[in-house]
Amino acid sequence: MTMNLPGGLGSWPLLRQLVGPDRSGRGAAVRSARTDHLRARTADADRVVKSVCPYCAVGCAQNVYVKDERVVHIEGDPDSPVSRGRLCPKGAATLQLTTGESRLYQALYRPPGAADWQEIDLDTAMDMIADRVIATRRATWEWEQAGKRTARTMGIASLGGATLDNEENYLIKKLLTSLGVVQIENQARVCHSSTVVGLGTSFGRGGATTFLQDLQHSDCVIIQGSNFAEAHPVGFQWVMEAKARGAVIIHVDPRFTRTSALADLHVPIRAGSDVAFLGGIINHVLSNELYFREFVLAYTNAATILREDYRDSEDLDGLFSGFDPDHRHYSSETWQYEGMLTVAASGQRDQAYDSDYDEHVAGGSETHGAIGHSMEGTPRRDDTLTDPRCVLQVLKRHFARYTPELVERACGVPPELFERVCRHLTENSGPERTAEFVYAVGWTQHSDGSQFIRAACILQLLLGNMGRPGGGIQALRGHASIQGSSDIPTLFNLLPGYIPMPHAHRHETLNAFLMADAAHKGYWADMPNYLVSLLKAWWGSSARADNDFRFDWLPRLTGSHSTYDTVMAQLDGFCKGYFLLGENPAVGSANAKMQRLGMANLDWLVVRDFNLIESATWWKDGPEIETGELRTEDIGTEVFFLPAATHTEKSGSFTNTNRMLQWHHQAVEPAGDARSELWFMYHLGRIIREKLAGSTDPMDAPVLYLTWDYPVEGGQAEPVAEAVLAEINGWDEHGDPLPGYAALKADGSTSCGCWIYCGVYKDGVNQAARRKPAEEQNWIAAEWAWAWPDNRRLMYNRASARPDGSPWSERKKLVWWDAAQGRWTGYDVPDFDATKPPDYRPAPDALGTDALSGIDPFIMQADGKGWLFAPAGVVDGPLPVHYEPQDSPVRNPLHPDRQRNPARMLFPHEHNRANPSGDEPGAALYPYVVTTYRLTEHFTSGAMSRTVPYLAELQPEMFCEVSPELAAERGLVHGDWATIVTARNAIEARVLVTRRMPALHLDGKVVHQIGLPFHFGPNGLVTGDAANELSSITLDPNSHIQEVKAFSADIRPGRRPRGPGLTDLVRDQQRRAGVTEHTGMEI
Amino acid sequence: MSVDPATASGYTAHPQRMGFFTDTSVCIGCKACEVACKEWNAVPDDGMTFTGMSYDNTMSLSADTWRHVAFIEQPRPLGHQDPGVEGMDFRWLMASDVCKHCTHAACLDVCPTGSLFRTEFGTVVVQDDICNGCGYCVPACPYGVIGKRETTGVAAKCTLCYDRLGVGQEPACAKSCPTDSIQFGELDELRERAARRLEQMRAAGVDSARLYGHDPDDGVGGTGAFFLLLDEPEVYGLPPDPVVTTRDLPSMWRQAGIAAAVLLAGIAAATWGSRT
Repeated sequence: MTMNLPGGLGSWPLLRQLVGPDRSGRGAAVRSARTDHLRARTADADRVVKSVCPYCAVGCAQNVYVKDERVVHIEGDPDSPVSRGRLCPKGAATLQLTTGESRLYQALYRPPGAADWQEIDLDTAMDMIADRVIATRRATWEWEQAGKRTARTMGIASLGGATLDNEENYLIKKLLTSLGVVQIENQARVCHSSTVVGLGTSFGRGGATTFLQDLQHSDCVIIQGSNFAEAHPVGFQWVMEAKARGAVIIHVDPRFTRTSALADLHVPIRAGSDVAFLGGIINHVLSNELYFREFVLAYTNAATILREDYRDSEDLDGLFSGFDPDHRHYSSETWQYEGMLTVAASGQRDQAYDSDYDEHVAGGSETHGAIGHSMEGTPRRDDTLTDPRCVLQVLKRHFARYTPELVERACGVPPELFERVCRHLTENSGPERTAEFVYAVGWTQHSDGSQFIRAACILQLLLGNMGRPGGGIQALRGHASIQGSSDIPTLFNLLPGYIPMPHAHRHETLNAFLMADAAHKGYWADMPNYLVSLLKAWWGSSARADNDFRFDWLPRLTGSHSTYDTVMAQLDGFCKGYFLLGENPAVGSANAKMQRLGMANLDWLVVRDFNLIESATWWKDGPEIETGELRTEDIGTEVFFLPAATHTEKSGSFTNTNRMLQWHHQAVEPAGDARSELWFMYHLGRIIREKLAGSTDPMDAPVLYLTWDYPVEGGQAEPVAEAVLAEINGWDEHGDPLPGYAALKADGSTSCGCWIYCGVYKDGVNQAARRKPAEEQNWIAAEWAWAWPDNRRLMYNRASARPDGSPWSERKKLVWWDAAQGRWTGYDVPDFDATKPPDYRPAPDALGTDALSGIDPFIMQADGKGWLFAPAGVVDGPLPVHYEPQDSPVRNPLHPDRQRNPARMLFPHEHNRANPSGDEPGAALYPYVVTTYRLTEHFTSGAMSRTVPYLAELQPEMFCEVSPELAAERGLVHGDWATIVTARNAIEARVLVTRRMPALHLDGKVVHQIGLPFHFGPNGLVTGDAANELSSITLDPNSHIQEVKAFSADIRPGRRPRGPGLTDLVRDQQRRAGVTEHTGMEI
Repeated sequence: MSVDPATASGYTAHPQRMGFFTDTSVCIGCKACEVACKEWNAVPDDGMTFTGMSYDNTMSLSADTWRHVAFIEQPRPLGHQDPGVEGMDFRWLMASDVCKHCTHAACLDVCPTGSLFRTEFGTVVVQDDICNGCGYCVPACPYGVIGKRETTGVAAKCTLCYDRLGVGQEPACAKSCPTDSIQFGELDELRERAARRLEQMRAAGVDSARLYGHDPDDGVGGTGAFFLLLDEPEVYGLPPDPVVTTRDLPSMWRQAGIAAAVLLAGIAAATWGSRT
């Protein structure tokens, strides 16, 4: 043994203790060598890579620390103006999400009928998938339908995109469209498609009108249809900022949640009754003359005169004029402005099809999200707002019966409480003050979801809260790039930038599509520039004026091809191949059983995810295997599982909930077989093109001539994401990046993959990667990343100034007219023609943007006005009406003989039966209202949280929340089990008896509600029955979003039966309730 | 009287004492602190057990949970908060608990190996390369904070992210907290900030607001991590009047010494007596 003197002796703790100042040996003297050398791994990292959280759409910035080519830590980036360095538990768990043990790195294959997976070489799998795409496409190719060109395959579908980068969505849409696939969908359909309709028709663009940081300027924040604090915790810091500044925070929600806990006022409401509630406030504002008259007169269509033959739902007992009961749809002809024709978004009428019906089924409403509707003529106005046919008077009559008493009968909100909400809201609106509405899927996911949002739009326009600091409508979206997957849509009915997909029966030529002969007003008039530039981006030099820029190569729609139609097509055997790209419909989509039964009827299924989600394994261990409804050996579906790369393993942009594109940089290469969607789509396209090379079959031309020559980098030949972004931005004939969409042309000289994103690669600089620290900018933070349109952060901000261009008030100034400079100026980029003076008035024959006056802040609208009344674009009515959900224990108190939205979309099927409602016989067997929701600790279907131990342990089991009264009524025991039953299925859940679930009193009746988180499923570290086993496929006719936020159910103590007993239970309940194929099908 | 624990522990030149002020009135119960702590410190998960205790499935601080968010559903209004309807005069309290980093830390006093030590920031940290797993610290803590990790056999608890502090970074929990409920900083400044916040809350009508652990004259000499609570500490599972469990050790040793001396004297006397 060697003595190491004297240094070694000096490090001997006892000696240190004896000779040093730490005589008690509890501090300096006892430090170990390891303690002395401890260093934070943030300080020792080789590099810090800038990134963005992959969970919700707040878009929190992350710093990713890399050491020895491994990600060793992830935390918030304090420079972000949105998140200020903070993360919620999910964001804080991203290291475990991306590097944890739950991830798979091996490609897997399940042959038809096989009992288990087998490993497969990635290249082999890619080759097999390419072969299947080609074969299925050949077998199912359809050149025409009823004599009209369709040029498509209905045999292949794709689902997923909201968790992916914009660049990945772009390649998915581009490749699959060139292959003739039209059934391309993503989470945006099931989450916020009705937002696009509601906001788009009202204001001109389908995105949230403001940005999160601006909440701090609000004087009153009404959170309704959103559990803000739980689902978007980091965004909620701006509500807390507003509260600290004295704002009133109101939470209107069926449950007392973590949001309510921090609010000043919680208003319990019956799920699904929000239109009655908002309609009540609208009535309060109108009948007490509390609206912001100058704002309303100048900036909305309040003064516009409607046609004489318009009939309101109040005149026709819950129906508007123009209803066709045979097709369950409206003709909107009588809803027009007097003396004008508001042309539907996309074109000429076809004798074979009623144009409104086309729009209805083909999701045309959503195209309004960015491009509005065109109009001919000049509307007649009554500036006194007294003409009985002016919009304001129509509105007054329409909402006159939405009294506090009706609100109580429909919503269960007592008049005194309702009055307090009205008072807070109106007292905090006007020139000096602003109020903001915040919502999420609590409003969107209803069979009339678009109208929920429309109601809020009407209210905010009346109160003058649009385009102003602290005002607006904040749509909280729930996936990292779900706004992006709407903008660059992996959606069946849209092309990039909300250009509608062409329809077989209407759009035979480019000219027909572009309505070349029609007069257009507003920015809609420039659509030819956007579409031709898109066709140039996709088909390059082969897209020429003399071949209609290959417009023919776009496959055509013939109706609705939404994800729920795809499920029906799978069940019917038409759809044979399915890509699931980061989406888990076996848990996350309505009627989960039908999702699985549809997949069991496929020829092949490709699942790309981080681990074996329920949608990948249903054939071996799904609920139908347990009940005996399916047998593994009988299932012929070939299943490929390909592991996906995480956000830290690829570069690309996410578009957050406020239209802001933020770039995340690749930190490390993915391991094993894990690859990005960019890699998958690019190489799948490459292989398919190689296999088809030389083909002279005209069906192959669109994919063979597709521009598909992206540069690749790294050992895995990853496509360069920034090259895709450059294509999305677009370039001129010299190949130089375009500065913005105003530079786009219709002559084929410009190319642009998504016109609303034009400018994101301005000057060849990735604007989405800009990260000027928040502290070095004003609260707008215009140099942090990039937002569409044109980097404007608060949309319609022309309305923040009076008609004469001066701010409404010093306190609420944002953008104003600088007469000396002859331009609009202010804190934000003006959302207006920068040099158009306030006193500009168009000539009667003016077209395009020249047709909008200096007081038209809603520049995407054909008339430049905010639409209190929607003469076009909303297929189930120009104004919101309170209807009951498809399944409801309550009879409609407003229209007792019009229980449900007459234009809702129904999918009659033995597994999709409706519960009897209201006073119908059997309704008492499904007597309670169910609402579904998120928890902070989990994410959507659980695929990114139930597999992450740090999150799984925080909410480890499926539960239901019930009131003490309901528990007593049904004998439910806290902590024990309950079984919840609908006409579709039954699930079990642990019982949480809590006063946070208030029993509501309406119409002399007590209504109990049941809360169900929708995150659970059978796979992962923590498991449970999926809430979506219970929900039905019943859709909003505008957006095709499903109704999962309100339906009825039964609840009973104890666990559900196993095996066939489960289906027996559901059928027995159906039988006793008298459920048939006719239940819930009435107009 | 205020004691500077770093000076008392032999640090001649040292930074200001650092700590946490957890303002539970703005806590949204998101549990980001729990996860951020685990991620940074590689703390294992603490079991996947459904408790039925509101949204709290972590239950308490332990070797594998260094931040713990308590959820308390109460049938009483929250001061300025408008209860909405009758029957909803209700509040949901949430509070993130953590090691208190006491001025007089019993865990530190009883540690026989020098594994637990006082840092230059005045915090109390386990050196797991020294700890022999004797477990004396576990019952010594008046708050039940520290525990012994089953898998490694050594004691574990919050370090106030000692390694991060060393490079000028705030602890992971405070860094992630979405609403700034967890505030990190120099303890003196935090105490002033907390006093102002308390005044503000009281003025807003939240009479139940109070500080906990801020008082240097309490039974542990004040804590390095203190709280603004909206109810009695017991409601949150905190001891109302914590006392450093080693408080009586000196007098106990004195008594024992006297007893030993008396005993020895007796034996000596007896021995001497028997010889005579």
